[in-house]
Amino acid sequence: MSQEPKNMKDKKKRNRRQFIQAAAAGAGAMFITLIPKPSLGQRIHQIEPMDRVPDWMDHYYAFVIDTTKCIGCGNCARACKRENDVPEGFFRNWVERYQVTDTGHVYIDSPNGGADGFPQSEVPGNVAKGFFVPKLCNHCRNTPCTQVCPVNASYETPQGVVLVDKKTCIGCGYCVQACPYSTRYIDPRTHTADKCTWCFHRVTKGLMPACVTVCPSGARVFGDVKKKDSKVKEIIDTKQVLTLKPELNTEPFCFYIGLDKW
Amino acid sequence: MVYSEYHLPNDLHLVWSLMIVTYPFLSGIMAGAFAISALHIAFGVESLRPVNRFALLVSFAFLTCITLPLLNHLGHPERALNVVIVPNHRSAIGGFGYIYMVFFAILALIVWFSYREDLIAEAQRSTGVKKALLNAVLLWNTNIDDEIREIDRQAVFYLTAIGIPSMAVLSGYVGFLFGSLKSNPWWSTPVMPFVFFVSGLMSGIAVVTLLYLYLGAAGYLVRSYQCLRTLGALLWFSTLGYIILEGVELLYFYYESSDAWFVISTLLLTKLKISFFFLQLGLGLGVAFLLLSAMFAFGVDEPTFAKVTAVASVFLLFEVWMMRWNIVVGGQLFSKSYVGFREFHPLWFEKEGIAPAIAFTLLPFLVLWIVTRILSVREAGDNKADIPAPRKDAGHESY
Repeated sequence: MSQEPKNMKDKKKRNRRQFIQAAAAGAGAMFITLIPKPSLGQRIHQIEPMDRVPDWMDHYYAFVIDTTKCIGCGNCARACKRENDVPEGFFRNWVERYQVTDTGHVYIDSPNGGADGFPQSEVPGNVAKGFFVPKLCNHCRNTPCTQVCPVNASYETPQGVVLVDKKTCIGCGYCVQACPYSTRYIDPRTHTADKCTWCFHRVTKGLMPACVTVCPSGARVFGDVKKKDSKVKEIIDTKQVLTLKPELNTEPFCFYIGLDKW
Repeated sequence: MVYSEYHLPNDLHLVWSLMIVTYPFLSGIMAGAFAISALHIAFGVESLRPVNRFALLVSFAFLTCITLPLLNHLGHPERALNVVIVPNHRSAIGGFGYIYMVFFAILALIVWFSYREDLIAEAQRSTGVKKALLNAVLLWNTNIDDEIREIDRQAVFYLTAIGIPSMAVLSGYVGFLFGSLKSNPWWSTPVMPFVFFVSGLMSGIAVVTLLYLYLGAAGYLVRSYQCLRTLGALLWFSTLGYIILEGVELLYFYYESSDAWFVISTLLLTKLKISFFFLQLGLGLGVAFLLLSAMFAFGVDEPTFAKVTAVASVFLLFEVWMMRWNIVVGGQLFSKSYVGFREFHPLWFEKEGIAPAIAFTLLPFLVLWIVTRILSVREAGDNKADIPAPRKDAGHESY
């Protein structure tokens, strides 16, 4: 009879032990994959304080811009560019400067969308009044851009935010033509439509849009009109607000305080 | 108030350019050619018999190519079929795929029924792969007798009858896409679909007339002065219809003098001054209409009639192309601020440049050449031997 050497026996024992260990680890891994995972909403609950977590379906957002408070610093335009990786030469958010002389001439400019601030005024004559008007997507209720999108890539969320699904967009540009406010563009990198989302990726985490966060004068107010104590609701309910190009019946949900007739 | 020039920051970029100019140009030719064939088939205009089959093939050749500029325009052409698979029924473009497919099916069936007898004869003469292919096209049905001929004729008649409104919808549809956009005052008019449709008829008739004159002279088509006179008359009437529509549109803009008129009048008097007033209305429309009117009013001999009609057709084609340019590009030369304007100069070699636009415009003619290698442009029975040689003192059978 041949006898196995001692070291061979030890090796077999080790192999058996390794096999059992590996099998146990594999079974454990399989078991872990079967454990139900928390949904995205539940995970947000885990990392955010409860009072900041939005109930996604129980909100309806609106935006108010107080032109009497805007100082034209361009913080909003810069923050938007950084937050949303907006391509060079295109704008989700910009600021216009209006200067009206005492002779009735209206001078409008928006160098680089106001992102670099505004140079010293060189308007001929006396400026009788001047003001800044920040512009962004109006997230209209009767929105022409979602109406014309042939493949439903542009759509309105239940929270009243108009978004673009870049994986569906065919890049026809019809929505860009349909938007009366020129807030849309075709992103030259993705060849799809792009626009302001009111920083929906932030809002769904209970944060404010980037432009609102950085506005030093409080000219931008964003909030939920379904909340009784929201500031945006209070302004819309109690102050005189206007929308851009109301004659087109697009029903913008971006309201302006102190908007002149332009 | 006097405004300084200002365009919104995103308005620096032109979204629709030469491809969107080319599409309605080609679809208009398709519609006009089909209208000629339909007049013969459905309305019994016998004078158009020499050009009936050819016009049908022109329409078919153009129909196969009209979507190509649109595909080239798309940022993601690989997703183009989503327009048909998951369409937004509220979108004007959402219905395009269906309208195109319906008219394509109708026109393909008209061609199939019209050429069934020819294809059967060709299949019987052929051998091998060609015979198998022809039999497959014929759906392996090679029966032909007087009764079946009558069924085929009726099929062509009824298909043409439903093809006419389908053609009108497809051709005018692009006008609706523009006319329904309230964001752009230069486009937003209910007349727009009719302007596109009627100008499309004009261009299609012009193309068929030019090709008819050439192919008639070359001996491929039956030369008929009556046919040419009918084509000339159709050109004149469609041009008149177009003048009325364009005039009404401009008059409304001017008389209403709304906010829109401020930007439209500025646009017309600055950026479009040459391309609209001089090239489109003056050189294109004016010269062609005057030539055609003078020709019918004063009466000319047949060779002169042919020459004048040919010249007028060229001018009308130019007019229609300029009209597409002035609508599509012109409508984007002003900012939605309504107080700012921009320039647009297309490049030769870019995705939507001049070279691709020329290529897409010429492609249907190549397709037509290939199709006419397979399918006869003459009516059955109009053999070449039956055609009298052109004479200088020719009567109604030549020009």
